[in-house]
Amino acid sequence: MPQIFHPSTNTISKVSIFGAAFFLGGFSWLMMSLNRSSYVTRADVTRNQPVPFSHKHHVQGLGLDCRHCHWPVEQSSFAGIPPTKTCMTCHSQVWADSEMLEPVRESYRTDRSIEWVRVHDLPDFVYFNHSIHVSKGVGCVSCHGQVDEMPLMRQQSNLTMEWCWQCHEHPGPNLRPREEVFNPNWQPPADRVALAEKLMTEYNVRSALDCSTCHR
Amino acid sequence: MSDSPNSTPLDLAALRERLASERGPRFWRSLAEIAETPAFDDLLRHEFPAGADVWEGDAAGRRNFLKLMGASLALAGLAGCTKQPEERILPFARTPEETIPGMPLFFASAVTLGGYADGVLVESHMGRPTKIEGNPGHPASLGATNSFGQAAVLSLYDPDRSQVVTNVGRISSWLAFVGELTRQLEAQKLKSGAGIRVLTETVTSPSLGEQLRRLSQQYPGARWHQYDVCSRDAVREGARRAFGEYTETYYRLERAQVIVALGGDLLTQGPGSLRYTRDFARGRKFEDTDGRMNRLYAVESVPTPTGASADHRLRLEPRLIEPFARALAAELAVAANGPAAEALPEAARAWITPLAADLLANRGACVVAAGPEQPAAVHALAHAINAALGNLGQTVMVTEPVEAQPADQLGSLRELAADMEAGRVEMLIVLGGNPVYDAPADFDFAAKLDSVAFRVHLSADHNETSELCHWHIPETHSLEAWGDARAYDGTVSIIQPLIQPLYAGKSALELMAAVLGNPESQSYDVVREYWRGRLGGGDFDRVWRRALHDGIVPGTAAAPKAVQIQAGFDQPGEGGEGMAIVFRPDATIWDGRFANNGWLQEQPKPMTLLTWDNVALVSPATAEELGVANEDVVELRLGGRSVEAPVWISPGHADHAVTVTLGYGRSRVGRVGAGAGFNANAIRSSDGFWTAAGLEVVKTGRKHPLACVQDHASMEGRDLIRRAGLADYREDPDAMKHGVHHEAPAKDMSLYPGFEYNGYAWGLAIDLNACTGCNGCTTACTAENNIPVVGKDKVGRGREMHWLRVDRYYEGDLEDPETYHQPVMCMHCENAPCEPVCPVGATVHSSEGLNDMVYNRCVGTRYCSNNCPYKVRRFNFLHYSDYDTPSLKMMRNPDVTVRSRGVMEKCTYCVQRINAARIDSEKEGRQIRDGEIVTACQQACPAEAIVFGNINDPESKVSRMRSSQRHYGLLEEINTRPRTTYLGKLRNLNPEMPRAAAAPEAAHG
Repeated sequence: MPQIFHPSTNTISKVSIFGAAFFLGGFSWLMMSLNRSSYVTRADVTRNQPVPFSHKHHVQGLGLDCRHCHWPVEQSSFAGIPPTKTCMTCHSQVWADSEMLEPVRESYRTDRSIEWVRVHDLPDFVYFNHSIHVSKGVGCVSCHGQVDEMPLMRQQSNLTMEWCWQCHEHPGPNLRPREEVFNPNWQPPADRVALAEKLMTEYNVRSALDCSTCHR
Repeated sequence: MSDSPNSTPLDLAALRERLASERGPRFWRSLAEIAETPAFDDLLRHEFPAGADVWEGDAAGRRNFLKLMGASLALAGLAGCTKQPEERILPFARTPEETIPGMPLFFASAVTLGGYADGVLVESHMGRPTKIEGNPGHPASLGATNSFGQAAVLSLYDPDRSQVVTNVGRISSWLAFVGELTRQLEAQKLKSGAGIRVLTETVTSPSLGEQLRRLSQQYPGARWHQYDVCSRDAVREGARRAFGEYTETYYRLERAQVIVALGGDLLTQGPGSLRYTRDFARGRKFEDTDGRMNRLYAVESVPTPTGASADHRLRLEPRLIEPFARALAAELAVAANGPAAEALPEAARAWITPLAADLLANRGACVVAAGPEQPAAVHALAHAINAALGNLGQTVMVTEPVEAQPADQLGSLRELAADMEAGRVEMLIVLGGNPVYDAPADFDFAAKLDSVAFRVHLSADHNETSELCHWHIPETHSLEAWGDARAYDGTVSIIQPLIQPLYAGKSALELMAAVLGNPESQSYDVVREYWRGRLGGGDFDRVWRRALHDGIVPGTAAAPKAVQIQAGFDQPGEGGEGMAIVFRPDATIWDGRFANNGWLQEQPKPMTLLTWDNVALVSPATAEELGVANEDVVELRLGGRSVEAPVWISPGHADHAVTVTLGYGRSRVGRVGAGAGFNANAIRSSDGFWTAAGLEVVKTGRKHPLACVQDHASMEGRDLIRRAGLADYREDPDAMKHGVHHEAPAKDMSLYPGFEYNGYAWGLAIDLNACTGCNGCTTACTAENNIPVVGKDKVGRGREMHWLRVDRYYEGDLEDPETYHQPVMCMHCENAPCEPVCPVGATVHSSEGLNDMVYNRCVGTRYCSNNCPYKVRRFNFLHYSDYDTPSLKMMRNPDVTVRSRGVMEKCTYCVQRINAARIDSEKEGRQIRDGEIVTACQQACPAEAIVFGNINDPESKVSRMRSSQRHYGLLEEINTRPRTTYLGKLRNLNPEMPRAAAAPEAAHG
C-alpha cells in the first residue's frame, strides 16, 4: 500500500498539536491583556466634555478644595457633580462672556442640566460608596490620581476588580490621616508601614472581601 | 396549567380516608399532595416543574438555539472585552433643597383604599418615588404597609396609565375640556344646576367634601351620589339601626382579650386592618406578654387569613351567620327578636354557650366585630352585644363619621340610575371609580348612561366607564398631586406629591375646582385653602409644615360619640334557601382598580395561592355534590344572569355556597390585566349585593387552566410547621416538639472545624404565632429588590420570581382543616448546600454568615437551586426584567442590581440595607444597633412577625427569639444550620369549646 501521507506530515501534525496549545495560551493572554488595556478600561483616555473643565486650573491654580464642588462625598455614595449654580457663583462675574462657558450659562438660563460625560464608570452590578472610603482615610488621589495636575479629566486607574481587590485585601498602604484625605499634595512619612498600622487600628479598617460588600 | 397536578379529578372520599389513616400526612398543602399524584411527586422531587426551561414561542426551541450558538459561545471570553457604553451625568442646574445626590429622601404622605387612608413614608431617589413604607407615626399604619400600599409605586409608573384628555376617543386637551365644561355649566346655571350629577366613591377627604358641599350651594339642584363597589353600606346601616344615626366604629384590639369576628376579614381587609393586625399580634407574642395571649374566634363562610389566625374557627353557611349572631345575643341576654338557635346546625349551636361564657368573663375587654359584607342586622347585633358587654369606649370606639357625607350608597346609585332613565341628568361627572364595570347588574348602568348628554370621567386608566363617557380626564396618582384623606379613626393626613404628574393628569380636587369655576386652581391651593382657616390659628404655616413632616394633622381624630342602643334595632333579614353565592373583594386586586398592577396580579392570594385569576370557590363536599374538580369551568346562573367561572376546591369553605371575588374580567384594561379572570359583577345585583341565594351551578365540560403556586417549592420534611395548644405549651414547652422525629445534629459532629463568626452574624426569625399570611412581605420584597413579573403562563410553569413566598399548610380533615402560613425565604444556611456545587463560585459565604449571590459571576448552571432543600432560589429563565419601558426604569430601586436572563437570584437579607447601616455605623465609629437594619419584609409586616438582627449579640431581639422554646429551623436534621428560623404557633384554645379534629391538643400521640 502506498504511503498516503508525506513524511513531513509528521512534523506538521506535531507542530500543529503543540502549536494549538501555544496558540490557545497566546490567545488567552491576548484577551486578558486586551481586557486590561486602556482600550477596554478607558484608563488614561481623555473624554470630550461639553465644557473643557480644567481640574488643574481650579485645584492647583486657584486652590479650591475638592469638596467645594464634590460636597456630597462625605455623606453619600456619590461624590456629586456640582450643579450649574456652583459654577455660576464665580462665572457670573469671572469669564462671564467667554464663549467656552456658554453651555454653562445656557444651562443656568434654561434650567437644563449640562450633560457631562462620565469618566469613572463602574459596571451597574458594582456598588461603590465614596463616603466610607473617605471616612476610612483613603485619599482622593489614591484612586483618582493627581487630579490637580490634569488639565482635562481622565481616569487614572483601570477600575478593574483586580485593582479594587489589591486595596480591599491590604488597605494599609493607601490610608492617610483623615485631615489629609482631600490634600492632593500630601506626602507619606518615611515610615509608611507604621502609619498604616496606626491608621488601621485607629480607623478600624479591615480588609473587606465579602462579595456582597460591592455586589448585590 | 393543563398539566398541573390539580386537573385530574380526585376521589375525595379516598383522600378523606387517607387523611384519617395513620399513614396520611399531618400537614398538607393541597389535595394533590394527599393523593400523591405523579404530578405532585414531580414537583416535590424537582427544583422547577417540568418544562420550566422550555423557551416557548420560538420554533427553534431554546436547546436548539444553544446548539447553534455553541460555536460563538466558545468565544464567550470576549464578552468581557465589551466596552462599557458611554454614560452621561446630568447634575441639577439648581439643586433642590435638602437633596443630596445619591441619598434617598423620605416624605410622609398617605395612600387610600376605599377612601380610607394609611399613612406612608415614601422613599425618593433624586425626585423619583421608588418605595413605600409605613409611617410609624400614623395610627392606622404604625410603620406597616399592606400589598396595596407597596404596589402603589407600580401603579404610578404603569405604562398603561391613561396619559391624555380624550373627547369621544380623540386626543384633546384640558383647555378644550374646560371650555366645553364652562358652556355646559352656563346652561345649567339657568335651572340652578338641576341636571348636574356628581358620582364619587367613598369620600373621606375634607377638601373634596367641602368642594362638593360648595357645589350644592352654587347649584342647588345638583346632586352628589356615592358608590363604592366594596361599599360599607351594611356597616353604616347597622350603626344607624343600633344607635339611631350614622357613626364610625373602630376597635382597640390591644385592650381585647377575646375577639369574635363574624364574617369579614378583620386582619387583612378594610380600614384599620393594619393596625388591627399589629394590636392583635402584640397580644400573642408569648415571650413578651408573660405567657398571656388573646383569643380569636372566627365565624366565617369563606376561608380568610383572619380565620386561619383564629384559635377557634367555625365554618358556617353565609345565611347562618345572622342567626348565629342572634343566638349569641340571646345567650348574652341582649334583647334581640326573631328565631335564634334553632336554625343553626349542631356544630354551631355547641359554640354559643362557651363563647358567651368567654365573652362574659372578659367584659369590657372583648370585641365582637362584624365583617363589612355581613348584613346590617349582624352589625346591629354586634353593636348591641358590645354595648351589653360594656365594650363601648373600651375596646369598641364609636365616633362621629369619618366620611365627608355618609350615605346609603346603593340607594344613592339607584337614585342616580333612575334619574338617568327619566332623563333628568344632563351632566354627569364621575370622579374615579368604574360604575359601568361594577354597578349592580340590575341597574343596567351602561345603558342608562346613554341618556346623559355630557358625561365626564376622571380616572387613572382608560376603563369601561371612560369608554362610554364623552370626556375622559386622566387622574393623577396620589404620589403626583396634593390631597387629604382620613384614616379609620378619623386622623387626617395631607397627601403630598413627590413628583410632577408624569402625564397630563388632573386630580379630583382640580376637576371639582373647574366645575366650581376655578379651572386654574391647583390641588395644592385647594388643600391649603381648606386647611388655612382650620389649622394653627395665626401660625398656619408652621402647623402646616409640621403636619406635612409628621404625616398626620394633629387633633383630627374623630370625636367619640355617646350612643344608646335603640329599641327595635334587630330587624331580621331573610335568608334564602338553596345554593348561595358570596361576593368578596379580591385579596390582591381588590375591586379591579389594581387589575393592571403586575405585582398584585402575581402575588399569590393568601388562602388559595392562586395568581392571575379569580375562581368559584367551593368546599370539597360541594364539589363532590356538583361533580366538579379544580379548573372545571362552570356556569353560575343567578336571577336570569350568568357568568362562567373555573372551580377551585377550598378546604374550610362552607358547604352549599360558592364564593367569587370581584375585580377580574375587565374588558377595557391595560396589557397586564387583559384576559384575566371573569367578571363577577355580571351576576351581582342590588338585592344580593354580598350574598344571594338560589344560585344554579351548571357544568360546561370545559377546563380553564389556573396558575396556582401551592405545590411549587414543596419541601419534604416532617416538621415544617410546629404548633401546640397554649395550655399544653405552658405546662410542657416540649409540647411543640411533639411528633418531631429529627433533631439538628450537634455542632461538633463535623470533622472539619466550624467557621468562627466573630463580628456580626445576621439572622432572621419569624414568629408563626403572629403571621397572618397576608403576603404584604412578598410585595414589599418585590418592590425593594426589583423582582420582575413573569405572567400567568410562566407562573404556571413554576417560574415565579418571588424571593419570599408564603407557604400555606392545612392540618386535619378535608372539610375544616386548621390553616398555617409560613413565610419562606433564603435560609442563609451556615452549611449552605448551594455553595459547594457552584462551579464558578457565584454563591459564597460572607464573613457575617450571609449566603452571597454574585450575579455577575453566575453562568446559570442551576446546580445551586437543584441542591437547595428549601427551594428558595429563583432562576431568571427568560429575560423577565423590562429593560426598555422608560417609566419602569424610574421605578427601580437604584441600590439593587436589575438582574438579567440566565442568572440565579434569591433573598439577600436586603444586603443593600445591611451595607447602608454598616457604612453609617462605621462613619460614626460605633457598632450597628439592634433594630437599625430592617429588611423590607420586616418593615412591611403589620404583625411584626419578622425580626432581623445580629445573633452574636445576646441582647438583640432576634437572639431573644432564638432562645425561645418555640424556636426551630426548617429541615435542621440535614445539618444546614439555617439562619432563618421560626417560632412555632400557639393556639389559645378554650377548653370548653367543641374541638375540631385537628385541634393541636387532640393531635397528641
